[in-house]
Amino acid sequence: MLKVDNLETYIEQFHILQGVTFEVRKGMITVLFGRNGAGKTTTLRTIMGYYPIANGTVRYNDEVLNNLPTHLIARKGIGYVPEDQGIFPSLTVGETLVLAQREKNKETEEKLTWMLELFPDLKKFWQKRSGLLSGGQKQMLAIARAFINSDGLLLIDEPSKGLSPLMVEKLMEAILQMKEKTTILLVEQNYFMASEIGDYFYIMDDGKIVHGGLMDELKEDAELSMKYLGVS
Amino acid sequence: MNAILNLLINGLSTGLLIFLLASGLTLIFGLMSVLNFAHGGFFVWGAFVWVWLFSATGNFFISVVGAIGIGMLIGFIFEKTLIRPVYGNHIRQLLVTLGGMLVLVELIRMIWGSNPIRAGLPVWLDGSIQLGGVVLIKYRLFVILVGLIIYGLIMLLLKKTKIGMIIRAGVDNREMVQALGINIKAVFSMVFILGAGIAALGGTLLAPYSGIIFADMGLQYAILAFIVVIIGGLGSVRGAALASIIVGLAGAFTAFYYPDLSLAVNMLLLIFVLLLRPKGLFGEKG
Ligand SMILES: Nc1ncnc2c1ncn2[C@@H]1O[C@H](COP(=O)(O)OP(=O)(O)OP(=O)(O)O)[C@@H](O)[C@H]1O
Ligand SMILES: [Mg+2]
Repeated sequence: MLKVDNLETYIEQFHILQGVTFEVRKGMITVLFGRNGAGKTTTLRTIMGYYPIANGTVRYNDEVLNNLPTHLIARKGIGYVPEDQGIFPSLTVGETLVLAQREKNKETEEKLTWMLELFPDLKKFWQKRSGLLSGGQKQMLAIARAFINSDGLLLIDEPSKGLSPLMVEKLMEAILQMKEKTTILLVEQNYFMASEIGDYFYIMDDGKIVHGGLMDELKEDAELSMKYLGVS
Repeated sequence: MNAILNLLINGLSTGLLIFLLASGLTLIFGLMSVLNFAHGGFFVWGAFVWVWLFSATGNFFISVVGAIGIGMLIGFIFEKTLIRPVYGNHIRQLLVTLGGMLVLVELIRMIWGSNPIRAGLPVWLDGSIQLGGVVLIKYRLFVILVGLIIYGLIMLLLKKTKIGMIIRAGVDNREMVQALGINIKAVFSMVFILGAGIAALGGTLLAPYSGIIFADMGLQYAILAFIVVIIGGLGSVRGAALASIIVGLAGAFTAFYYPDLSLAVNMLLLIFVLLLRPKGLFGEKG
C-alpha cells in the first residue's frame, strides 16, 4: 500500500535519511522501531511532504507522492498524528473534529461517531478547548482527527510518549480496533506494547532500516531485540 | 466631564482606526509569519481612492465600497507578486514589503501629486450632537460604530464559519492544517486580501477624520498598528482590538494631560506589557 524506496532526506546540510526502504501492507499494523535520533520522525515527515525528498521514492497505492505539497498528500487519504500531537489549542474538541471532516457526508459522519465511541472522553469534552485537555486526551484527539480526515492509511508517531502505562494500554487497544478500518504505520519505542499489536516491524538506526520482518519473528529473536531495542 | 467624555471618544475612535489596520496585520503574521510593512500602504490607498470617488460622485457608500475594492485588488496583486516568493524568510519580507510600501506611496504621488488634499464629509455625518449638555462630534461616533461592527464581523467569521475555524487552526499550527488536506497558502491569500480591504476601509474612515490626506499619512498608523499587534499577542484579533483601544485611549489622554509624554506613551505601554507578558495580552505563540 505504502512503499518507501531508498529514501534520502537532508535537513539543512545534515544527511538524516540515508536510503530508507520499507513497505506498509494493507490492513496491517507496521511498527517502526529505532532508538532516539534514528530518523523515525524524519521518515514520517518526509512521507508527509514536510521535507523535500533528495533521493528515492514514496509510493502510495502505486502513485508516486514525491514533491506533492503536504495538503495534496493528505488528500490521497493519508492521516498524520505528529510526535507532538499538533493540537489546535484555541479550537474546541468539537471544532477540531468537524474541521477534520473534509466533507460532511455519511462516511465522515460515521467515522466521527465511531471515534466518539472509541474515545468517550472526546464526546464528554466536545465543548472544551483542546489546549486544556490532558496529555492522554490530546493524543486521543490527534488520533481521532487523523482517522476522520484520512481514508486508508494512518501514520502515528510515538503515541505512548509521556503517557501513563494505563493510558498507553488504552491507546494501543484503540489502535488495534482501528486496524479493522485502516492501515497503520506506527512509530514506537515501547516494544512491549507495540509488539503486541504489530503485524510487521522495521528497525531504524542512523537513518537506515537495519531489519524488518514479521513481528512474530522479532519476538522469537532475543538477540536482535536485545541489540536494537534493549529488551530480552 | 465634557472633556473626559470627549477624550474617551477621541481615544476610542483613534483606537478603532488602528484596529482596522492591526486586524489584518495580526492575522497574516499569525497565519504565515509574514511581516508586512506595506500594510499601511493599503490604508493610504483607501483614503485617496475614497476622497477621489467621493468628490466625483458625492455618494459616501459607493466611495467606501470602491475604496475597499481597490484596496483588495492591490492586496491581491501585492500578495501574488511580492509576498508569495518570500514565504518563510523574514529578512526578505522586510526588504520586499518596505520596497512595496515605497512603491505604493510613490504611485499615490504620481497620480494625485505631493500636496495634501482636503477630504470632505457627507452632510449627515458632519457636525455634532448634544447629549445631556455634552457636545459630541458625530463623525467620531460613526468611526467607533463602524470599527465595532467590523470587529464583530471578524469575530463572527473566525468563530462561526468553517473558514474561520481553518484560520484559527492555522494560527495555532500551520503544518498540522496542511496535514488535514487544507491548502493553507490559498487560505492565507484570502486573509491577506481581506486584511488589505479592511485596511483600506480604515483609510477611508481616517480621511474625513483628519480632514486632509497626504501620501505619507500611513506611516504613523502603521507603526501604531505594529505596536498594537505585538501588545495584543501575534495572531490574536481579540488582543489586537483590546490593545488598539488601550493605545488609542492612552494617546488621547496623555496628549491632553501630559503632552510631553504623548509620543513615548506607546513605547512605554509596549515595554510594560512585554515585561509582564512576553507573548502579549492574548499571545499563545512566541
Ligand atoms: N530540524 C532539524 N534540524 C537539524 N537536525 C534535525 C532536525 N530534526 C531532526 N534532526 C536530526 O535528525 C535525526 C533524526 O531525528 P528524528 O526526529 O527523525 O529521530 P527519531 O527517530 O524520531 O527520534 P526520537 O525517538 O527521539 O523521536 C536526529 O539526529 C536529529 O538530531
Ligand atoms: Mg521522533
